[in-house]
Amino acid sequence: MSTTAKGSKPLLSIKGLKAMAGDLEILKGIDLQVKAGEVHAIMGPNGSGKSTLANVLAGRPDYTVTGGQVLFEGQDILKLEPEIRARMGVFLAFQYPLELPGVRAWQFLKAGVDAKRVHNGEEEMSAREFDQMLKAKVAEVQIDPDLVKRAVNEGFSGGEKKRNEVLQMAVLEPKLALLDETDSGLDIDALRIVSDGVNMLRSSENAIILVTHYQRILNYISPNFVHVLYDGRIVQSGGPELAHELEEKGYDWIKDVVDAAV
Amino acid sequence: MTSALAKHAHYFADFQSLVHGRGACAPSWLQSLREDAWVKFNATGFPTSRRGNERWKYTNVGPIAKVNFGVTSQPPAVDGLKALVPDYKIDGSTVYDLVFVDGHYSPELSSPSHDSNGVIASSLVTATNDSNSVLESQVGHYACLDEDGFVALNTAFLNDGAYVHVVDGYPESLVVRLTYLTTNGVTAKVTHPRTLVVAGRNTDVTVVECYTGPQETSYLTNAVTEISVGEGANVGHYRLLLEGNKAFHVGVSRVSQKKDSSFNSASFALGTALARNDMEVLLDDSGAYCELNGLYLTADNQHIDNLISIDHAQPNCTSRLNYKGILDGKSKAVFGGEVMVRRQAQKSDAEQTDKNLVLSKLAEVDSKPSLLIYADDVKCSHGATAGHIDEDTLFYLRSRGLDLGAASRMLIHAFASEIIDTVKLEPLKDYLDTLFTAAIPDKSLTFGSAK
Repeated sequence: MSTTAKGSKPLLSIKGLKAMAGDLEILKGIDLQVKAGEVHAIMGPNGSGKSTLANVLAGRPDYTVTGGQVLFEGQDILKLEPEIRARMGVFLAFQYPLELPGVRAWQFLKAGVDAKRVHNGEEEMSAREFDQMLKAKVAEVQIDPDLVKRAVNEGFSGGEKKRNEVLQMAVLEPKLALLDETDSGLDIDALRIVSDGVNMLRSSENAIILVTHYQRILNYISPNFVHVLYDGRIVQSGGPELAHELEEKGYDWIKDVVDAAV
Repeated sequence: MTSALAKHAHYFADFQSLVHGRGACAPSWLQSLREDAWVKFNATGFPTSRRGNERWKYTNVGPIAKVNFGVTSQPPAVDGLKALVPDYKIDGSTVYDLVFVDGHYSPELSSPSHDSNGVIASSLVTATNDSNSVLESQVGHYACLDEDGFVALNTAFLNDGAYVHVVDGYPESLVVRLTYLTTNGVTAKVTHPRTLVVAGRNTDVTVVECYTGPQETSYLTNAVTEISVGEGANVGHYRLLLEGNKAFHVGVSRVSQKKDSSFNSASFALGTALARNDMEVLLDDSGAYCELNGLYLTADNQHIDNLISIDHAQPNCTSRLNYKGILDGKSKAVFGGEVMVRRQAQKSDAEQTDKNLVLSKLAEVDSKPSLLIYADDVKCSHGATAGHIDEDTLFYLRSRGLDLGAASRMLIHAFASEIIDTVKLEPLKDYLDTLFTAAIPDKSLTFGSAK
């Protein structure tokens, strides 16, 4: 997988990204290159800015970008509305997926698919074609078919909500998937199913940024690169072994390393 | 009646021409009912929001009282009217249609039933000529002249109207569609639609009341509906307020339920400059169930006032009251919910909610749900909310590729669909869904976007 990625142009290129939430600076200069076919894990203690990074990339209006550049397929996306980024192929799997009473899951998905197709100059998908595609995706990610007939996430368990995010990802076929603490609140069985779904969607054409507090999910989704975020900066980067080192030594180790360097 | 001439001169003139003209052949009980009603109206006039009048606290009917609305003495020609009658196909059930144009029953547009096998669905005036004793005992029995000036005025002009009577034990499910249509005209028109529904024991009948009229002119609809739900009967009731944007609508509905009966009602309101929906359900014997749903969508300077009361007069009854509003522009919604549980009404189970989605900073909601509980073994709850579209939810939709307009439309539609989905007649549900979907305002410029 990483061999196909070598030498190709980055899918995502982040340079000196700074962002604030209200008066608080959260991201203090992030640099990151992601190529198609790669999985990057972003780890870090609570409050380090890892969820903020995922949300800023997706265009969440709650944050103000104060510096830097984010190129997606060579285009600066920081000024683009979140829906435009989504149509270009950026997908955020939410840490806390919202419940949408009254919105059927299939209706929600079809609106997303059609928005993307129209953006790409294609026709909207016929109801029949969509139905067949959705059935196939439902089977692929092993989600209960009844869930797509119900209102989005309404009354879903934590595991069902996360699985529904994976289904949305499968249907929308993003080039860049940002998984924001997708493992949080999942028991071991749910974690395995969600991970299986993500692995199935992994390809040489797309990339995944996996934001997590714990090493656990990396036993199921093996990353090409692991980055440690601390106080709004990436302070360590390495291969999968870095995750194991973190698991052993804890985040205090990173804090000590960083604080010693200052 | 000299004072009448001074105070409500134009209504009095219309009243005189009714009782001495086309209404003169009515049976004596109806003639004296009209007279009593006129005296009552003349004494009380239109209600005011004066201190102490809680029922009209937030709604000023001054704009109605100011205009000289007139009764149309001749029904207009039928040509082209059929297109104005809301049309949705209903299959599978026996369907009767009663259409009223400018207050006049239209035989050409209606398909009535004159007591065939125990079902009457006809104009009230036709039924009175058949010297029907049920009619005499039921008309005005539920909606009393003392209620307010509007009921009295409606009753004074009682002539045409809808009468639905289903005999005890009638086995088939029935649907009766009532359409009260006001047509365009030079003068400001008033109609006084009157509906009486008597559902016999163990019957199953659904009544759709639809009020509609032109967008261009101001007119007044002053409706009164009385519904008697017999023991074990199942009555469906839909009230469609599809009046023009300059229209005034005052509707009073009074429902009385017998033992183990069920009343499922939903009220839908679009348009109308000033609308009042005053509904009262009396749970008059044990085991009765009532469900009152409502959905209103307002914009511009529209004003809607829903006053919904449920009287748990007997034990073991259940009521569900669920109204939802979508407010835009400078519109205003008033909700007064009143659930009364009387001393002997033990094991009452009542829930009421009023939820509002406010789309504009200038829109206003006055919501006052209340419970009056005099029994001790009951299960009751009530709540009211007024909120905006949630920004986080909006972002969730946008992150899937929906733009602000599409995302807000989807969320507004979802909010409304809870009530639309309660409609049990599929074609009517689809019809209403289309109407409300088309009426959802474009909010793509209202909400925040990425920085």
